[in-house]
Amino acid sequence: MRTIDLRLNGRRERVAVEPHETLLLVLRQRLAATEVKSGCERGDCGACAVILDGRAINSCLTLALQADGKAIQTVRGLGSPEAPHPLQVAFIEAGAAQCGICIPGMLVTLHAFLQERPNPTREEVREAIGGNLCRCTGYQQIIEAIELAARRLRAVNRP
Amino acid sequence: MLLPRFEYRPATSLAQATTLLAERADARLLAGGTDLLVDLRERRQAPGLLVDVSGLPELGGIAVRDGSLWIGGGVTVAELGRAPLVAERAPALHQAARDFADYLTRNRATVGGNLANGSPGADLVVPLLALDTSVVLAGPAGERRVALDDFLEGPRRTALRRGELVRAVVIPQGGGVQSWYKLGLKRGGAIAVVSVATCLRVGTDGRATGAAIALGAVGPRPFRAREAEATLLGTSLDAGRVALAASRAAQAARPISDVRGSAEYRRAMVEALVTRGLGAAR
Repeated sequence: MRTIDLRLNGRRERVAVEPHETLLLVLRQRLAATEVKSGCERGDCGACAVILDGRAINSCLTLALQADGKAIQTVRGLGSPEAPHPLQVAFIEAGAAQCGICIPGMLVTLHAFLQERPNPTREEVREAIGGNLCRCTGYQQIIEAIELAARRLRAVNRP
Repeated sequence: MLLPRFEYRPATSLAQATTLLAERADARLLAGGTDLLVDLRERRQAPGLLVDVSGLPELGGIAVRDGSLWIGGGVTVAELGRAPLVAERAPALHQAARDFADYLTRNRATVGGNLANGSPGADLVVPLLALDTSVVLAGPAGERRVALDDFLEGPRRTALRRGELVRAVVIPQGGGVQSWYKLGLKRGGAIAVVSVATCLRVGTDGRATGAAIALGAVGPRPFRAREAEATLLGTSLDAGRVALAASRAAQAARPISDVRGSAEYRRAMVEALVTRGLGAAR
């Protein structure tokens, strides 16, 4: 066992981990971050996506030890039911969530993506969620939600 | 599902990493982890020690050195796709980086990993091969440089010897008009059915002074279609010549039939995509 320090949604955490434990496992089983979903566990589905030091990544293909000293953001750090993030509001308004298992990974992926690219084309939006599988919606409402959120975020961030 | 147990050492320097890799026969290098951790989970590999080189400064950096484009082995595919220097000097590689796997994977996967993994369809390897790239290997005894064509020894086999890692790739300044095309079964997260990179240099008289055609996923390793290239040199690249070169490239392909496509289909696609790539460059 080795102890790692990380910042989870702004909160300092110290947790003992084994070398072979993935970040996904430690987030869910030690840090109660069950909003991070476990899907394929081989980097194909994006359900386990989190933001690690500003970049969206699959937590199933990252060792917990590799997150030592780093900042992690999950969907819970994005917004809350009382104060949802504009992406979350847009997903609700567009009816972009059905069963919901892909949504936490989808939202953090998009949050990181929109920070890199605040004014994406539709093609870029489609490409950005290429690693996030949704088996319910057919993606149409998701894409509409992203474009709605991007428009609102640009209006808010305009100097 | 749990990964098998292993020891873990974060590398603090290139020298320490290569020494650790040389000392332990059961050590494996960990960079982005996008291939390795899947292999571990599926029990295709069982290393006793992982040496983590992710974030090692000596493996980073994209720069022009002595006229060549130097790209560190630890550079992520996302960094490659964002780099103006790569877009300017190696547009085929830049496009391949943007078509690579998916957004989440690109944030972790590295240039060195794509080479060291030795996949017959490795997306970055095909354009790098067309650009006459050489590979800088670092080991406990120092560095050596090999041509990428010699680095690729076969399926999942490379020139990396015990203790060595991919320090960087070096793309000589060659100029030329480049193209890249990857045919997949879908756009996101696709494995190539066929991939083609071309690079043509044309003299002031309109005749080809250089021609490179690299093919992926249609042989045991990515390779150059040398005979097809030779049919283009010194010609004015008219439609007949391009068709002949494309047909020779298809003959050079040694594809297999698998879940992604039949050998016959792949060969037909080589011909179509080489025609398209050379046409775009004409």
